[in-house]
Amino acid sequence: MIKTKPPRLYGVMAQFDSPSTLVAAARETYEAGYRRINGYSPFPIEELSEAIGFKRTSLPLIVLIGGILGGLGGFFMQYWMEVIDYPLNVGGKPFNSWPAFIPITFECTILAAALAAVLGMLALNKLPQPYHPVFNAPNFALATRDSFFLVIESKDPKFQHDEVMRFLKSLEARDVCDVEV
Amino acid sequence: MLKRKTPIGWFVGFAISFALFQLMLLAITNLLFKGIGLWGVNIPVGWGLDILNFVWWIGIGHAGTLISAILLLLRQKWRTSINRFAEAMTLFAVAQAGVFPLMHLGRPWLGYWLFPYPNTMGIWPQFRSPLMWDVFAVSTYATVSAMFWFVGLIPDFATLRDRANSKPFRMIYGMLAMGWRGSARHWHRYEMAYLLLAGLATPLVLSVHTIVSFDFAVGIIPGWHATIFPPYFVAGAIYAGFAMVLLLTIPLRKVYGLQSFITMRHMHNMAKVMLATGLIVAYGYMIEAFFGWYSGNPYEKFMIWNRMHGPYAPYYWALILCNGLTPQLLWFKKIRANLLVLWLIALVVSIGMWLERFVIVVTSLHRDFLPSSWGFYRPTQWDWAMFIGTIGFFLALLFLFIRFLPMISIFEMRTILPEAEVEEG
Repeated sequence: MIKTKPPRLYGVMAQFDSPSTLVAAARETYEAGYRRINGYSPFPIEELSEAIGFKRTSLPLIVLIGGILGGLGGFFMQYWMEVIDYPLNVGGKPFNSWPAFIPITFECTILAAALAAVLGMLALNKLPQPYHPVFNAPNFALATRDSFFLVIESKDPKFQHDEVMRFLKSLEARDVCDVEV
Repeated sequence: MLKRKTPIGWFVGFAISFALFQLMLLAITNLLFKGIGLWGVNIPVGWGLDILNFVWWIGIGHAGTLISAILLLLRQKWRTSINRFAEAMTLFAVAQAGVFPLMHLGRPWLGYWLFPYPNTMGIWPQFRSPLMWDVFAVSTYATVSAMFWFVGLIPDFATLRDRANSKPFRMIYGMLAMGWRGSARHWHRYEMAYLLLAGLATPLVLSVHTIVSFDFAVGIIPGWHATIFPPYFVAGAIYAGFAMVLLLTIPLRKVYGLQSFITMRHMHNMAKVMLATGLIVAYGYMIEAFFGWYSGNPYEKFMIWNRMHGPYAPYYWALILCNGLTPQLLWFKKIRANLLVLWLIALVVSIGMWLERFVIVVTSLHRDFLPSSWGFYRPTQWDWAMFIGTIGFFLALLFLFIRFLPMISIFEMRTILPEAEVEEG
């Protein structure tokens, strides 16, 4: 006989038909004291991230740092090359012709900040991530089309399977199911 | 939309543009074998069709960034149904633009010398030159446009992944979607990243064409050495870009039946942007003539006289007709509502913007300070082959884009549906 462990539980997922019901349910869930929760929707819903208690992201700071580093890097790259490593007299201009270095400094600022925005967003979101437990849920393919989902993770300190099941069913969910890891 | 049968026109259009793309490859191959003596460029006109095509293409690209970034910041929701298409247009136009200066190098296989990389020659690029600024501006622009476009596509790739019928498509779209699952936390950061990118792309697009205009304005040639150049070039770029967006979307919405997505309101708004930027460009022409007269400088005076009466005068007057006078028709609502006329105006403006760059590049160079160094420039068949070839390449890429990717942003369209509103209970 092959011994199989019972599948570990990632959480319990409820499916909703509209953004309004999802947001209302997410608020109630948060008020009921659950914290390891997440919503899934086909398009961004501003109220949803607030409802699950996710309000701040460090992305703007990352972009600011990226921009500052890009700008300094861009300028001092030119400074080092034109003044220190390879000083060349061009039309009698000073080696440190800083006004002529500004366009490239500007472009490097934008480039680094934009890279920070995109790579920072992907890194904070932990993407690319080919596998995630929620993809196991039967209807989850609809999360990119016209369905809305709420998950209470099993890691939540308040998580008790039967209690969570009952709680989610009491909301206006169309369907509630287990999500396995 | 996604599952519709491909119209027959797609195959015909793709075949024609792909054939023209082959012409471009032929022209490039021949150029690599024989050198740029194939082209009409020589001293004094060392920058002929190549640089003017570069400026023309990159200007066209700018409308895409304007639509996707600046209109996003201005909360113009009508942009949603055209931004994806316009961004693709940007990317493909920048790709065409890049071909010309690269081939114009003479030894394109050494093009990487332009980048500051540690090399055994022990030298560095000369950063006081506007041509170096151009390298950084255009490569940054291409990179940021590509990222902006790709980030916008991620949620739509996820939709395509979940709707794909066959396994290969599911895997390809799945890899491109990178595991996107519409999590609320992800959306929050995603929206922030998108907004920040828009905020970064806005000054970027203005800087790119400003720097392109520096290629000219920093030189001392009469007709180039003018402070009006940066704003005049940026306005011209947006003008040409919107003309190209109209040129492409008018037939597209007809063939694909997109009238309910790309509405008459879009047409009116785009026509109005064209009118506004067209007026700025016309002001630029007036100021150029005014400078020629008011500067009291004989060379400046001769430059403008030469434009109006010299050997290239027909180009100048055609330019005034195409860019200065024709868009004035857009003041009338009836004309903006007539799509055929609007399409023709967009075509005339595209030609006009090409003529503008011809006038700036060629007439300024061919007669400068010393009459003994005057010359004449005539593009050869290989110049034209390159130009027509890039149009084919551009259209071929657009056809592929329409066929395989959502040309209207799916998730952004969803956010503007009434059902997407959260009702507070």
